[in-house]
Amino acid sequence: MKSITKQKPFEEVQQLLEKLDRVYIIGCGTCAAMTKTGGVEQVHEMRKRLQELGKLVTGSIVIPIACDEMTETAIKENDGPVQNANCILVMACALGVHRVSLYIGKPVIPALDTLFIGMEDSPGDFHEVCAQCGQCVLGRTAGICPLTACHKGLLNGPCGGTNNGKCEVDKNRDCAWTLIYKRLEEQGRLDLMRQYEPPKDFNASLRPRVARVV
Amino acid sequence: MVSKFKQVLNSGKFVVTSEVAPPKGTNIEKMHHHIDLLKDMVDAINITDHQSSVMRFPSIGGCLAIKDRGGEPILQMTCRDRNRLALEAELLFAYTREIRNVLCLTGDAVPVGDHKGAKGVFDLDSVQLLHAIRQMEAGTDLGGNELDGAISFCAGAIVTPEANPIEPQLIKFEKKVEAGAEFIQTQAVYDMDNFAKFMDYARQFRIKILAGIVLLSSARMAKYMNDNVPGIFVPQELIDELASAPKGEALNKGIEIAGRMIATIKKESLCDGVHIMAINREEAVPDILAAAGL
Repeated sequence: MKSITKQKPFEEVQQLLEKLDRVYIIGCGTCAAMTKTGGVEQVHEMRKRLQELGKLVTGSIVIPIACDEMTETAIKENDGPVQNANCILVMACALGVHRVSLYIGKPVIPALDTLFIGMEDSPGDFHEVCAQCGQCVLGRTAGICPLTACHKGLLNGPCGGTNNGKCEVDKNRDCAWTLIYKRLEEQGRLDLMRQYEPPKDFNASLRPRVARVV
Repeated sequence: MVSKFKQVLNSGKFVVTSEVAPPKGTNIEKMHHHIDLLKDMVDAINITDHQSSVMRFPSIGGCLAIKDRGGEPILQMTCRDRNRLALEAELLFAYTREIRNVLCLTGDAVPVGDHKGAKGVFDLDSVQLLHAIRQMEAGTDLGGNELDGAISFCAGAIVTPEANPIEPQLIKFEKKVEAGAEFIQTQAVYDMDNFAKFMDYARQFRIKILAGIVLLSSARMAKYMNDNVPGIFVPQELIDELASAPKGEALNKGIEIAGRMIATIKKESLCDGVHIMAINREEAVPDILAAAGL
């Protein structure tokens, strides 16, 4: 599992840092490093660009797993440069931003947009695998998620927009229901697709979402 | 009051429906004109629901105009723009205004339309919407609560007989039949042999099928549809026929082709009727009917 991110346009980062001239940068050595959005090189590049803007970068660190509770220790160990800054720029997914916000009273600014939970198909290419809907249907859809792989999140089969096994919104993307059909057919389980799937219970994924796992 | 359209569907007569697109704006004169033109010529008129995800005057508004003008409306309802509460509420309202026919569609994707940043809803899909209608007819809403006054609709759906691959579409078609769809208005069909094959399969189900006839206005439009509209396949000989028309006569050729296809469908009793879609050329529908000998 990876939290897939992309870098915000630099102009947006610049706007978010308006009136904040001393910046401490935190990157993440896990997902954001793998997506090349918040690893060592990207943090270094950001540092350079902010300095070119005339900002004072008081320090930077790439925390191995920014969403982990060890982040607190990492921040404490770098207390000097962190305290010297008037904001923290986080080059991690939203989980990292949340984690950092827990330990620092200063403004915490995200440098990345969190896109989805996904898998890498080939270097640099990712696709979403889970919408975290709280009622997994994969057991009935041959392991292909219609909520994330179908543009419309349809539960009872393909729409009329599919053509040659591709999606209405993008001819390069596969139609999820064509894939589901093919895999179920191979498995001799097409009866699953013939079953009526009732409307989803969105009460199962009510926000704010909390869970107590025993 | 039973649906007049349902009575026609069950009469054994060759059924003809057509559709009118509502305006983008408040100028409803043209829509009224098209309704007046068609209301006595066809058995029912669909009003499209933000067709191709382009925001327009609502289908329900067009349907009320049809009622006011003495025609028989088919309310098109897509699942793209409303959650289940809004869909149910609209069904209640439509029923109280004596609209008795509804066509249940998933709806085109938001990004193909003119509000690309809008949120696509798809709280229900077309099969679930059909189920919802039958549940509300039995007296309860989707929350399981009793309705103070139930609804009753002649409910229909669509199918794409030219889809590739066809098998997943047929599974969904069967789910629509099981969910209580009473009629189908198909996506455009041009290849009569292929459509006849689809009908050989579809005849086993208790459902009325109206073949979709989309007017071809030029060879260019036909090629455009082949390249860009999923599930539409215009055979090369029809494109050649349109291209062979003298300058300025392509539309008349298209009318002739549409009329000929309708006549073939009727003569060979391929299915129960036709649904004529003269996209942006509603004025041509009477000519198509004349060309078909209807």
